Amino acid sequence: MAGFLFRRLLNYVVLIVVATSLAYMLAAGALNPRANYEGRNPPIPPAVVDARLTELNLNDKTPLFERYLTWAGGVAHGDFGTMVTGGPVNEDLARRLGVTLRLITIGLVLGSVTGVLVGAYAAVRQYGAFDRVSTGASFFVLAIPTVVLANMLIIAAVWVNGLLPQPIVYVSGEFSAGSTGGFWAQAVDRVQHLILPTISLSLGLIAVYSRYQRNMMLDVLGADFIRTAMAKGLRRRTALIKHALRTALIPAVTYFAFTFGALLVGTTFTEKIFGWHGMGEQLVNSIYTNDVNSVAAISCFAAFAVLVASLASDVLHAVLDPRVRVG
Amino acid sequence: MSDPVLEVTGLDVTFGSGPGAVHAVRGVGYALRPGEVLGIVGESGSGKSVTSLAVMGLLPPHARVTGSVRLKGQEILGASEKRLTAFRGKTISMVFQDPLSALTPVYRVGDQIAEAVRIHQDVSGQAADRRAVELLDLVGIPNPAQRARAFPHEFSGGMRQRAVIAMAIANDPDVIICDEPTTALDVTIQAQVLEVLKTAQRETGAAIVMITHDLGVVAGFVDRVLVMYAGRPVETGSVDDVYYRPRMPYTIGLLGSVPRLDLGGRRRLVPIEGNPPSPDALPPGCPFAPRCPLVVPACDAAEPPLEPVGPGDRRAACIRAGEIEEGRIPPGEVYARSGAGRAGRPAAPGAGAGERRPPVPRGERGVVLEVDGLIRHYPLMKGAVFKRRVGTVYAVDGIGFDIREGETLGLVGESGCGKTTTLMEILELARPQRGTVTVLGRDTAAMTSRERLAVRRDMQVVFQDPLASLDPRMTVHDILAEPLRTHGVRDPGPRVRELLTLVGLDRQHAARYPQDFSGGQRQRIGIARALALEPRLIVLDEPVSALDVSIQAGVINLLEDLKDRLGLSYLFVAHDLSVVRHIADRIAVMYLGRIAEIGQVDRVYDTPMHPYTQALLSAIPLPDPEKERSRVRILLEGDLPSPAAPPSGCRFRTRCPKFRDVLSDGERERCVDEEPAVRVLDEDQGAACHYAEKIKVV
Repeated sequence: MAGFLFRRLLNYVVLIVVATSLAYMLAAGALNPRANYEGRNPPIPPAVVDARLTELNLNDKTPLFERYLTWAGGVAHGDFGTMVTGGPVNEDLARRLGVTLRLITIGLVLGSVTGVLVGAYAAVRQYGAFDRVSTGASFFVLAIPTVVLANMLIIAAVWVNGLLPQPIVYVSGEFSAGSTGGFWAQAVDRVQHLILPTISLSLGLIAVYSRYQRNMMLDVLGADFIRTAMAKGLRRRTALIKHALRTALIPAVTYFAFTFGALLVGTTFTEKIFGWHGMGEQLVNSIYTNDVNSVAAISCFAAFAVLVASLASDVLHAVLDPRVRVG
Repeated sequence: MSDPVLEVTGLDVTFGSGPGAVHAVRGVGYALRPGEVLGIVGESGSGKSVTSLAVMGLLPPHARVTGSVRLKGQEILGASEKRLTAFRGKTISMVFQDPLSALTPVYRVGDQIAEAVRIHQDVSGQAADRRAVELLDLVGIPNPAQRARAFPHEFSGGMRQRAVIAMAIANDPDVIICDEPTTALDVTIQAQVLEVLKTAQRETGAAIVMITHDLGVVAGFVDRVLVMYAGRPVETGSVDDVYYRPRMPYTIGLLGSVPRLDLGGRRRLVPIEGNPPSPDALPPGCPFAPRCPLVVPACDAAEPPLEPVGPGDRRAACIRAGEIEEGRIPPGEVYARSGAGRAGRPAAPGAGAGERRPPVPRGERGVVLEVDGLIRHYPLMKGAVFKRRVGTVYAVDGIGFDIREGETLGLVGESGCGKTTTLMEILELARPQRGTVTVLGRDTAAMTSRERLAVRRDMQVVFQDPLASLDPRMTVHDILAEPLRTHGVRDPGPRVRELLTLVGLDRQHAARYPQDFSGGQRQRIGIARALALEPRLIVLDEPVSALDVSIQAGVINLLEDLKDRLGLSYLFVAHDLSVVRHIADRIAVMYLGRIAEIGQVDRVYDTPMHPYTQALLSAIPLPDPEKERSRVRILLEGDLPSPAAPPSGCRFRTRCPKFRDVLSDGERERCVDEEPAVRVLDEDQGAACHYAEKIKVV
């Protein structure tokens, strides 16, 4: 098993290098940082622009491959370069990573656990009222783009806040600027900010997971081993939880690890709409500001996250399912 | 007589409601006394499995169950879940059909058995684990302490079924319900598992309900039999009464349609006409009336109740059972009345072995198919990017046989022995890895594609699954016309109609789709398609194993008639040795990619020489209670070794009873070192064994 994981890891390192290099080349070839300095009034002297671009390793007069080598040299030492605004990419991303992690960890855990429970229960009560309602609701949510869903949530929250003497959920930002008070007051404030984006993120996940889990559970429910378990004298409930759900959970858990990786940079809309300064938001911003270094760094991170997640999902699968354990 | 431990009365099961309701079980009743073994037999769809699930209270919630199920005097039908769970696994337990899916894949086998112990007994986890190991030992799992730590997928089918039995007897139950416990297993494994069930019964003294479609399994195992048809019991009585003195025409038909391993010569099978009724569209009156040769107008008036017939505890649901009992209608003649002269069927030949054989001796007839030294190895690869070979699966490892004109060769063996691979190699008509395949005098290795097409015309195939082998979007006409058009017949219409008549179907059926037909009719369509081009050799891959016995008999008869009329040769691949004895002239027994024994069918069945053939034949249960009770089985130990790592020398030696018990150490050495080749030891009978000797086992 250890040897298998090591080989996997080695493959992944190669994949990350390839993916990131391609991402850098693409970004450096397509984006035009020079445009940031053009059309200013008063115009900036070209020599100054060139000097600034060279300093940032973004000068399109330097051959692409040479810029790539400079960049790759930095990355090898753990330095992703400088943003167009001047600060180091590393620091900016580290801060944003914290923001994104908080959002997606809570959203994903909430979404997948609820989704799995909803799906499993719907399967047990197949074609019952709960199954029909949850199926309808899932398809409804899946059919709505995140943008619309998030804005609907904001409208609803504003309406609810209006009914109450004091707002209970905030619709924008991570925390209230200039809020004072002790640790608890701060924490409550952050939670109030967290509620809406988390709901918006998890609703979609609940929809996906419940559909997924319902199918998995239905497959397992027809299996003979559930009957065996009940024939042993287990109550239906126990048999369903201990034998059916445990077996049907395997694909969902591996899928969980995978979503986690994909979401790290995939919450763009949610972050943008709720004013959270996370990785997803930065990806859009950096493309907009022709910030090649940030785009490349985020792509590198995305590749890393996806591959680590898929490794994690393989490991989890092996832990949960004795049938796939190697050697 | 002691009180019944399980008493079922008037059990009715309905799925759904309103006009679409399916009445799956109608008025089943039986009483099971302590230690008694009751066999419930019936074809698929007769409601036998639903009955047992209803007794256990394991039917899905949308099934409506009425009637009464009394376990040790207490009514358990409709009891609360709490009361039911107290009974299930403790007083009444169950063994299911499919051992592959009966164990939860993610838990260790030992833990699953220990779970059964801990539900009903207040013992520590360690004590339960110890008990699980004891139970595994009891059901004959080698190294039980170690194997208890294994996961279900590391067990073979037979071992899993043993584990399920261990679970069923964990709490010393009073009743064990076995639902087709051996259907999914190979015969030698079936014999082992039946032996384990007998041990289990001895240990626990439990009464057993044995549900099966195999009349042989029931014969030697049970005390009483209940025959079910269309959701109802139609005959019940002691096993000897039902087998030797059946009174219900359905039972008579069922017994007549089973191919017998123990009867040499050609006894023509007696199929039951028609198909079992669908439970949502039962005919009025007796459900068997449409298929019954004894039908009289009164049969359609009302469904006959299960009434006592003759002396003893025997009942039959037939208004003419009394006439059969009194001897006015001898059971043997019930089906003789309807046998001949039905429209659209090939007339029954005069039967009699002498007439059927072509008079020309075997040596002078032309060779249709010759296989010599055929080898098919599959590489075992490992690694994703850089694949490397880590081993070889010796699927077919040097086999040879020939088929002469007008002859049927039965190729038999357990699953994994390489019979399907052999068949595919022959059908491919390409150069084999090693060895030669000669079809109709032409070597496949040297064929041009034009020759290959020509040979395909003369060699056709019929597959096992009749539904999967017919395109559901083509009408029967299109299916039958396709091979004709491929080979350039302009107007296939007349030939299609001819073919339908030939296989006993209506000409009007040509416009229908495969799903409109029953299993037996579909297989007839498959046979008609194979016959379309007037081939000389037909390869049949388990052509009747997916069919119920009463239907199977009709298809076997059809195959025999066709062979006689059209002068065909068959390569008949099957795992059911009774069917093969019935249809084949010669037989080749395969074991682990090699031929163990080959020869004329009656010689091999009457006096098998190879220890594997002997074990195989002795493992097959006969539908004859007295013979079955007096038989001594040669039980094989363990499972088939992996074809990737066959034992050195003789491949069978790891399981060979002769190697284990009879041979001296010196003699054994030869088995280990030297692989035996097939030696012809008698006129047309050869065996691949250094110490072959004839034994009578059937």
